[in-house]
Amino acid sequence: METAVAVEGLTVDRGKRTVLHDISFSVPRGTVVGLLGPSGSGKTTLLRCIVGVQLVRAGRVTVLGRPAGTAELRRTVGYLTQAPSVYADLTVRENARYFAALYGLGAAEADRAVADVGLADAAGQLVSTLSGGQHSRASLACALLGGPELLVLDEPTVGQDPLLREELWGRFHDLARGGTTLIVSSHVMDEARRCDRLLFIRDGRLVADDTPARLRAETGTDDLEQAFLHIARGMEGVAA
Amino acid sequence: MSPRILLATTGRILRQLRHDRRTVALLAVVPTLLLTLLYFMYENAGPTFDRIALIMLGVFPFVIMFLVTSIAMLRERTTGTLERLLTTPMGKLDLLFGYGLAFGLAAAAQAAIASAAAYWLLGVRTAGSVGLVVLIATVNAVLGVALGLLCSAFARTEFQAVQFMPVVVVPQLLLCGLFVPRAEMAGWLQAVSDALPLSYAIDGLVQVGMHPSATATMWWDVAIVAGAVLVALSLAAATLRRRSG
Repeated sequence: METAVAVEGLTVDRGKRTVLHDISFSVPRGTVVGLLGPSGSGKTTLLRCIVGVQLVRAGRVTVLGRPAGTAELRRTVGYLTQAPSVYADLTVRENARYFAALYGLGAAEADRAVADVGLADAAGQLVSTLSGGQHSRASLACALLGGPELLVLDEPTVGQDPLLREELWGRFHDLARGGTTLIVSSHVMDEARRCDRLLFIRDGRLVADDTPARLRAETGTDDLEQAFLHIARGMEGVAA
Repeated sequence: MSPRILLATTGRILRQLRHDRRTVALLAVVPTLLLTLLYFMYENAGPTFDRIALIMLGVFPFVIMFLVTSIAMLRERTTGTLERLLTTPMGKLDLLFGYGLAFGLAAAAQAAIASAAAYWLLGVRTAGSVGLVVLIATVNAVLGVALGLLCSAFARTEFQAVQFMPVVVVPQLLLCGLFVPRAEMAGWLQAVSDALPLSYAIDGLVQVGMHPSATATMWWDVAIVAGAVLVALSLAAATLRRRSG
């Protein structure tokens, strides 16, 4: 299977602290990969490395065969930042049309992206008047524009109601079946079961990289939260 | 740079402005109100008011656009839209020139309103045409935009951004010849004044005040201000980093 993202020996410092320690993994094309770990574990930093906006101390990140952050990748990688990055003083529609224009797309594509995240009814509303969940969906609509080959989504389902979350995960898998690769971060363990592959990260270290089924089998538990705890305790046992 | 992305960005910034009705109203009326204040301060002072009003027509857009741009760009940084934009096909210059174009257009409208009020309501008289006054005021506003874009790179908070006004704008105002004619300043002050772009914009306006048609000196002044705009925008582009720590 072709590789979409390859990370080798990635180490990142922020200030004097090392926030990612020698991380290596690879992601095959057309899969939905979950990046899971507690808040502050380094998920956002790792995603920023894949998008190519993070200064890196050591290691290599290759995205769709090119070094991360290369100019050509800006057309083919979609990025949803953790804090919604849309303009609060524009309407949802105006935001989507602006981001569409950056990719050379027209108003019809922009309006479709807005409808795809369930915001058709709120399209004419200023983003500053939206609820938290709607706000992040407006941002998601802008990240989906242009049919990217790789989608890097930082906590896309936080604050969404369960029904909508179900719908969004359905859409992510539709995209993956169409060949898109998705890397989705979450600190909510119950989202782990929806992914094809899981990366567990803790204190800047990759502690597991496997399918949900194999993780369950290896740790002898049905619950992925328990699996994570099992692995985390095992690591501490080794350290102690 | 891509014309399509540049124009989309210009349109986006103007749309943001349009949703902020109070800012639009302030941009439209504040310079005129301040000119009116000056009019009553210098009542019966004849040519003195003409001279000061003319200079102020160039100063207001510069100061206002500097402030508006510093805050707008700071918001792009703090809300994450800047980082997001830098992961799209947008070039750095598309964004910077987009701001220059959008706020330049806003400033041209502002200068036109203020000049119309100055000439037709307050009776300001200049030897040269009002069109040249609006032109210089607009170029000067774009200078304010360019310096605002550059300075916002060195500010992390709104408090810091606002402090750049006394640092960057006030010295240029003090030394531009408004308070003390440049020729009467001490030599070293003149040298500093010569290095500050606002001095040339004001000199250009004074030329319009004295001569019925555009002089070579005036065009030279405009060219220097435009050059300063390009230098500030290039420096601003250099401070925009796609990767950060």
